[in-house]
Amino acid sequence: MSETALTATAAVASVPSGVRTPWSEFWRKFRRQHVAVLALAFVVVLVALAILAPWIAPYDAENFFDYDRINEGPSFAHWLGVDPLGRDILSRILLGGRISLATGFLSVAIGGLVGTVLGLLAGYYEGWWDRIVMRLSDVLFAFPGILLALGVVAILGSSLVNVVVAVSVFSVPAFARLVRGNTLVLKRATYVEAARSIGASDRTILLRHILPGTVSSIVVYFTMRLGTSIITAASLSFLGMGAQPPTPEWGAMLNDARADMVSSPHVAIFPSLAIFLTVLAFNLLGDGLRDALDPKLDRA
Amino acid sequence: MPPSPPPSLILPDRRILSVSDLSVRFTTSERTVEAVRHLFFHVEAGETLAIVGESGSGKSVTSLALMRLVEHGGGTIATGRMPFRRRSGAILDLATASNAEMRGLRGAEIAMIFQEPMTSLNPVFTAGEQIAESIRVHQGKGHSAARAEALRMLDLVRIPEARNVLTRFPHQLSGGMRQRVMIAMALACRPQLLIADEPTTALDVTIQAQILELIRSLQDEMRMGVVFITHDMGVVAEIADRVLVMYRGDKVEEGAASAVFSGPRHAYTKALLAAVPRLGAMAGSDLPRKFDLLRPEAPEAPAAAEAPQDTRRPGPPILRVRDLVTRFDIRGGLLNRVRRRVHAVERISFDLQAGETLALVGESGCGKSTTGRSLLRLVESQSGLIEFAGENIRGLAPNKLQALRRNIQFIFQDPYASLDPRLTVGFSIMEPLLVHGTPRREAEARVAWLLERVGLSPAQGARYPHEFSGGQRQRIAIARALALNPKVIVADEAVSALDVSIQAQIVNLMLDLQRELGLSYLFISHDMAVVERVSHRVAVMFLGQIVEIGPRRAIFENPQHPYTKKLMAAVPVADPARRHATPRGLLTGEIPSPVRALGDEPEVAPLIEVGPGHWTARHAVGGLAA
Repeated sequence: MSETALTATAAVASVPSGVRTPWSEFWRKFRRQHVAVLALAFVVVLVALAILAPWIAPYDAENFFDYDRINEGPSFAHWLGVDPLGRDILSRILLGGRISLATGFLSVAIGGLVGTVLGLLAGYYEGWWDRIVMRLSDVLFAFPGILLALGVVAILGSSLVNVVVAVSVFSVPAFARLVRGNTLVLKRATYVEAARSIGASDRTILLRHILPGTVSSIVVYFTMRLGTSIITAASLSFLGMGAQPPTPEWGAMLNDARADMVSSPHVAIFPSLAIFLTVLAFNLLGDGLRDALDPKLDRA
Repeated sequence: MPPSPPPSLILPDRRILSVSDLSVRFTTSERTVEAVRHLFFHVEAGETLAIVGESGSGKSVTSLALMRLVEHGGGTIATGRMPFRRRSGAILDLATASNAEMRGLRGAEIAMIFQEPMTSLNPVFTAGEQIAESIRVHQGKGHSAARAEALRMLDLVRIPEARNVLTRFPHQLSGGMRQRVMIAMALACRPQLLIADEPTTALDVTIQAQILELIRSLQDEMRMGVVFITHDMGVVAEIADRVLVMYRGDKVEEGAASAVFSGPRHAYTKALLAAVPRLGAMAGSDLPRKFDLLRPEAPEAPAAAEAPQDTRRPGPPILRVRDLVTRFDIRGGLLNRVRRRVHAVERISFDLQAGETLALVGESGCGKSTTGRSLLRLVESQSGLIEFAGENIRGLAPNKLQALRRNIQFIFQDPYASLDPRLTVGFSIMEPLLVHGTPRREAEARVAWLLERVGLSPAQGARYPHEFSGGQRQRIAIARALALNPKVIVADEAVSALDVSIQAQIVNLMLDLQRELGLSYLFISHDMAVVERVSHRVAVMFLGQIVEIGPRRAIFENPQHPYTKKLMAAVPVADPARRHATPRGLLTGEIPSPVRALGDEPEVAPLIEVGPGHWTARHAVGGLAA
């Protein structure tokens, strides 16, 4: 409908006026989504806080015990109150953010990397390799994520490193499927055939034409997945399978708070809020990225 | 409806629609575009008005404005009146009618058919159900009465075995059949006005001819007005009583079809008509010749009469194909076994001389594109010989194949799809050079030269494909194909998706390049008129076989095979005076399918020589025997 109108202006628009790169195009679309920009700002602040946590935390998160103020609510000395063992909740949340972000990011990065490589190869070459990868993914998909992670931790033992491994394992099939699907579509694109007709090798085609084409969905999924992974990692710690005391991990903090939740709700509220806001920010950011990167929405 | 209409809402007796001062605007956050500016036209009962223009001319926007569908696409009708005579005799201004009034009109009194019948039909309902629905909604008929009426409509649009088609789903019908079903749906309520937006553009020529014939005869029977939107001057000449030419949102010319074709007044119309390839324009000459193009900016400058060019060089053929067979398996059933095969290419043989253009023509599914892809081994063939400069391509190891691909390059139909949207066009052109190990600096210099050679500026290399128009993108695709200095270029429908004036420019560019660089072209096309312009020799393909091959002049002036004759007869001629001269009786039936059951091999026999270098099939191919 409006396509006709747009082609009419395209002729006018091709007068030199500064090149519109995919980047500037993306930023132009992303900027318009105020919620996503806000989420991005929140994530940036969060990352900065996590990096600076050891220097800006008001107290030692593990070894400072204020026995006089156990379970006391927010005050000037302790902005977010004190936990059942007398530790400063703000300091623990700041340091816990480090752990949550790092486990979330690492596990998705590992899972995403492995999944992307598997998916690219499966989609491009198909055949027996594809069948093996996809059947394995189906098997992994059949387990609920948290159960799968529990199983992995049960086998490997409870530690933060094993949580990362467990969460990566259950990220792999999701990425593999996503990338395989994109690859199947892209490898039939005329420009891929055009690349083949000029004699480009499979490597060149995969790295230069197919991978960049799926990067946008990988980025979107990566961001969304960060939220899920942070929750899973926190859940594992909550169940005592992840971070071990006295490590200030958000899930573990919730576990510590269980007994005193009713009498002093702040011990549970602030770690929960930290998890909630972080996951929400990543999901909103993911939504915004998707809208800005969706290939179906450009072509203008 | 007011009791006494204002004076502007009075229509002369036979007039169905009168559009005055119509302007349509599209507003986006960045700018406002006026897609149609101050347009005036009218349609009489029983008359066909063709609105012609190239992409971006506003012709489709006009049709959507008539249906008031333009608002769904974000457009607004800024000014204008569109009084329309309803069946009851009352006159209604379409520009100000309420949504409820428009709903009652659409489909009942104004009907529309679209370019792509597959996407306009709902895939989950049978053809009969969809026609019956429109009858039920607008005429209030009962279920079985609507069903009976649907059957009658299918008979009316000349669908054989209409009763069977009634219960079929859209995907079970061929493109031509689907368009007939669309027409049956559109006409089910006997509209006063039919708007046809490029209804035959997606169809093969023989099917297109049938559909045009059908629309014309139904119009005579029903006395409806038709607004026919198209970019194809040949189709206009076949169907229009009057023609309205649009250019970038403005009407530039309007008049009786015969007057516009014989004496165009506006510079743009003249340039457009000069660019239209006309079948028979090359009669009496053996060699390709460029289009004599007029420039709309300088209409008075006489077109340089282009001379025919002979670029063929004697010697052994640069490309030799013998008994090439490419088939695709169709698997099915529980065990996923091969059930049927698509016989895409069946033992075809041809030679290509250095500097020669061989055209492969045929309709969809005839195997012409598969032949081109088989040459580059983009699809694997089952048997046969493909020899480039004495070397058999089919037997090559991967690394030698890569080296050989330098010499044969491909130009695709859709220049947008063939350029990676995430790479600058400069890089896309450079890529073949880098792949084959040219140093970066040298490659950059060559890209600049190539861009200039195809009529773009080197600075444009830093831009991305979406910033170019269709014609410019095809120039980029050509530059990329030329990057490695190939000997042979396979052009697969390279100009089919372009507007006529752009198409003529690209054809001229290709002929210039052939003269300067001594290229050989394998020109794959369904458009007989363009083929006549560019080729030295022509091979006609039907059901995977070459049914006729020979010098272009011999094929066009003395076609031997019945399929070639049928193809020629179906080509719309851009001359209203010759409208009924073609023997239309030839045009019946569907294009047969190349899918065959396992073990059911088609009959293949050597071609018989009927003239110097002119060979034709005498055995039966798909029920057509010479």
